[in-house]
Formats: sequence, structure tokens, C-alpha cells
Amino acid sequence: MRNSAKHQWIYAWLLLSPAMIFLITFTHYPAVQTIISSFFSTGRGRRKSVFIGWDNYDTLLLDEVFWKVLVNNFWYAVWTIPLSIILSLAMALWVNDKLRGRSFLRMAYFTPTVLPLIAVANIWLFFYTPGFGLIDQIRGLFGFAEQNWMGSPDTALYSMIAVAIWKEAGFFMIFYLAALQTIPPSLREAASIEGASKFYYFRRVAFPLLMPTTLFVSINAVINSFRLVDHIFVMTEGGPNNSSSLLLFYIYEVAFDYWDTAYAATLTVVMLVILTTVAIGQFFFLDKKVHYK
Amino acid sequence: MNSKVLKTAQPASKFRSFNFDHSLNTFAAWCLAILWLSPLVYAVWTAFHPSEFETRFDLFAPLTLQNFVQAWNEAPFARYFLNTVILVTGIVAAQFFLCTLAAYAFARFTFPGRNILFTLVLLQLLVMPDILIVQNYQTMRSLGLIDTIAAIGLPYIASGFGIFLLRQTFMTVPKELDEAARIEGCSFLGVLWRVYIPLAKPTYLAYGLVSVSHHWNNFVWPLIVTNSVETRPLTVGLSIFAVTDSGVQWSVINAATLMTSGPLLIAFLLFQRQFVQSFIRAGIK
Repeated sequence: MRNSAKHQWIYAWLLLSPAMIFLITFTHYPAVQTIISSFFSTGRGRRKSVFIGWDNYDTLLLDEVFWKVLVNNFWYAVWTIPLSIILSLAMALWVNDKLRGRSFLRMAYFTPTVLPLIAVANIWLFFYTPGFGLIDQIRGLFGFAEQNWMGSPDTALYSMIAVAIWKEAGFFMIFYLAALQTIPPSLREAASIEGASKFYYFRRVAFPLLMPTTLFVSINAVINSFRLVDHIFVMTEGGPNNSSSLLLFYIYEVAFDYWDTAYAATLTVVMLVILTTVAIGQFFFLDKKVHYK
Repeated sequence: MNSKVLKTAQPASKFRSFNFDHSLNTFAAWCLAILWLSPLVYAVWTAFHPSEFETRFDLFAPLTLQNFVQAWNEAPFARYFLNTVILVTGIVAAQFFLCTLAAYAFARFTFPGRNILFTLVLLQLLVMPDILIVQNYQTMRSLGLIDTIAAIGLPYIASGFGIFLLRQTFMTVPKELDEAARIEGCSFLGVLWRVYIPLAKPTYLAYGLVSVSHHWNNFVWPLIVTNSVETRPLTVGLSIFAVTDSGVQWSVINAATLMTSGPLLIAFLLFQRQFVQSFIRAGIK
């Protein structure tokens, strides 16, 4: 008996080891190494990288661009997370309801998810073009003046936010749709016999049952609000004057345009800390409201 | 089925009051759908018309394929396509292999360190390789893999999401089936191959589709580790093309845009029902 148990765990370790080797090499090791590098200087040419304690973090605190990017990323998250979740829930409810042309609707909502963000950025670029871009043309019909959407610091970030919401809402819809289809129809029947309105049914029955999905989707939305930066490369390159730059884009710039890898590692540590805190917080906050089956 | 019965069973008066709500919802749903499709529709419009119709919408504008021909000739898109196909098939094949073995271990074996290892796997859902670009670049450099297709794929092949998903599916397989196969003389791997994998097909399909579209569309990491035509995937190739061609020939750029997303888009339109169904059956929720 003991022997077979031992046999089992050796077997399990053998099954696991290929995946664990890659996982550790490209996720855990770099995460730890990033934290270590943030305490060293960037080695350039003959000058070796040396331990400098908290110096990189001091630079960080005084770096205006960093604060700007952090605030941008905050607004990016504040707008994209709730809006994409609400829209995706609405989409899922509509597609799940027997509305006319629901397979067309589903297709329309989901399509942006399949398209490369970098490719659709080109299309959006044209939408936003001042004067002859599509948005300005439509506004022109109503007598509005031209607006340089991506060129003005007030609107550049919001232009990026719109693209991100458009891109990810359809993906979240699929998760809600999958969850909605597992709710037994008898619940709806019971609610309608009791005379509950559609809205009441949604608020008191469907929505609570969807809470695990909402938790999953919202964690994904948080991660995406740091990860989805592809369109910035094509559309604004962070400009004008860093008004549309986000943390990951700034990390890219510091690491691969200025080649200051130690400082880029420090910025990555900030990102890791934020992500971990938000995820843990979300988990505990929403976990209480989640009804597990 | 059930809701159909319900609808006919509703009294007529209630049905009428519902109708207003229903049509309002339909209207809103369609408005959003049109808004959501408009970038794609616009791209199709410009790509198939001569460039003077970029902003003029005339129903009788002449159709042309010239934009596609021009885009295809101006950049090595054939090579980019090949690179992307190699990259995506390589990643998905490796992910299926690694994740299946790991998920099987987590789902059916008890061994010391199981919980710690599983936590380490789940951690990757949060700390993705996408944000560890600085350090992974150093790793690739010390491995001598900069500017190879392997370097684009390697950080992603042990996927935490894939392991988690397959583990959840494997855990729903009844233990009796497992034991029956074992009594018939199946080895551990035999049981995995004959019992678990066939029962997890919808999960493989759903995960495969998500993975294909994710890696077909991935941009930042490939941009960092590649710097030649022989390794660049489509996304990076397209971004370079769209910048160098700054004569702002929108119709040509849009043709290239459609070309790069075309295969994925067509595949999705053909399989969208199966796609959504497999998601639902895989129990991703």
C-alpha cells in the first residue's frame, strides 16, 4: 500500500515536471528576478551592474512620467472595467433572450475579440482622424467643429479607452452567456408565476447566480487594463506628452527604447504589486457575495 | 424549448405589456451591434474600393482588388503568414501536451506539494508572461534565442489557464470509468488517452480556439524578440507596414488589415456556433 502511494507520487511528479519547468523558467523565475534587478543599477558596456539599494525607487518617486502614466492607467482601469462588464452582461442577456436576429447579434458583439488589436487600431486611427475621419464627418453633419481626438491631451486617453472596451466586451459576453445557460429555466417560470417583473427576476435571481462569473470576468478585466496596450503602439505612441501612455507601454519604452532595464524592472515591480493587491482585494470583497453552487 | 412553451402560455394582456419592453431591447441590441461592427464594415468598404472612395460612400462605387494586390506586393506577407502559422500551431500543440499531463496529475493523483504547486500554476493567471517582458528578454538572450520563432512561443506554452481548465474538466470524469479501465489493464497513460482526453474534447476545442486567437493576435512580445522578416509574425509585420507606408493610403492599409485578420475571422464565422457551444459545454463560467 505504502509502496503504491509512493509509486503514485513519483508518477505525478513526472507528469508535472515538463509544464513546471517552463512555468518556472518563464513566469516565477522572471518575477523573482525582476524584484532582484530593481535593486541593481543597469549595466552599460564596461560598467557592471551594481547593488544600489532603493535608488531606483527614489528615481521612481521623482519621475513625473511615472506618476502621469500611473494616473492614466488608473483612469483607463476605472472606465474600461465597469463599462466592459456592464456591456458584456447586457450583450449576454440580449443574445440569451430570444431577440430577433440573435445569431447576428452574437456575431457582431464577438467579432472584435477575434480581430488583432494591432490591426483594428489602424481602422480606429482613421475613425479618429481630425476633419475627414468618420467620427468627425458624422459630427460635421450636426454642425460640430473638428476635433483632434488623438492629438489633444484631453481626449487621447479616452480614445484609447473606447477601443479597449470595444475589443474586450464581446469576449466577456461569452462567459456570461455560458453561465446564463446553466440557470435552470424553472427559476424563471417560478418567478413569472409569482408575478415578479423581468427586472426583479434579474436583480434577485439571475444576477446573484452570475456572481462567480462576475468575479472571474472582473479579475480578467483588471489584468486586461494593464495588459491591453497594443493599440497605443499604432495610434498615439503614448502621446501627446504621455497623456495616453500606460504603465506597460512605459515599461516597454524604458526597457527597449532607452535600454534602462533596471528601471524597467522597478516599474514592473510596481505593476506586480498593484495586480496582486487588486486581485486579492477583489477576491475577498467579491467572495463574500458569491453564491457557489 | 421551455421558454417557447412559457411564451405561448402567457396571457395575452401581459404579452402586450412585455412587447414594448421587448422591442425597446431589440432596438438597443441592434444599435450596439451596428456600432460594434462599424469598424469592420468600414474596413471592408475601403479595402474593396479605389482610394478616392475612402470617405465618399457611394453605393455604385467600383469594386476592386487592387488594394490587396498592392499590399501583398509591398511587404512580405506570405512569409509573415507562414511565421504566424508555425508559431500558433507550435504553441497550441505544446500547450495541449504540457497542460494535459499536468492537469491529469492535479486531477487524479495525490502527492506531496500538490497544493503549493497548484497555487504556483494559478499564479500565472495573474502574473502573465505578457508583463514580464524585461526579464524574459534577458532569458532569451542568454539562451541565444533572440529573433527566433521559438522565443515568441516558449513563455506561453506552460499555460496556467490551460492547466486549470483541463483539471476542472478531468475532475468531472466519474472515478468508476477510471477504475474500470484500470481493471481492464490500462496503464496510467492509457487511461488518460482512452478515457480522459476523449471526454474532454469540448474543453480542448474551446481552449484551442481561445489560444489560437490569442497568439495570432499577440503583439508586444513578438515585437520585442523578433527583428527580421524570417521570424516576424503577421501582427508585427502589419505594424511595420502601416508605419512605413505613411503616404496614408488608407485603402491599402485596410486591405492589409483585413488580410492579416481574415483567416481567423472566416474560421470564426464558420465555427461560431460550435465555438460558443463548446465554451458552454466546457463549463467555463
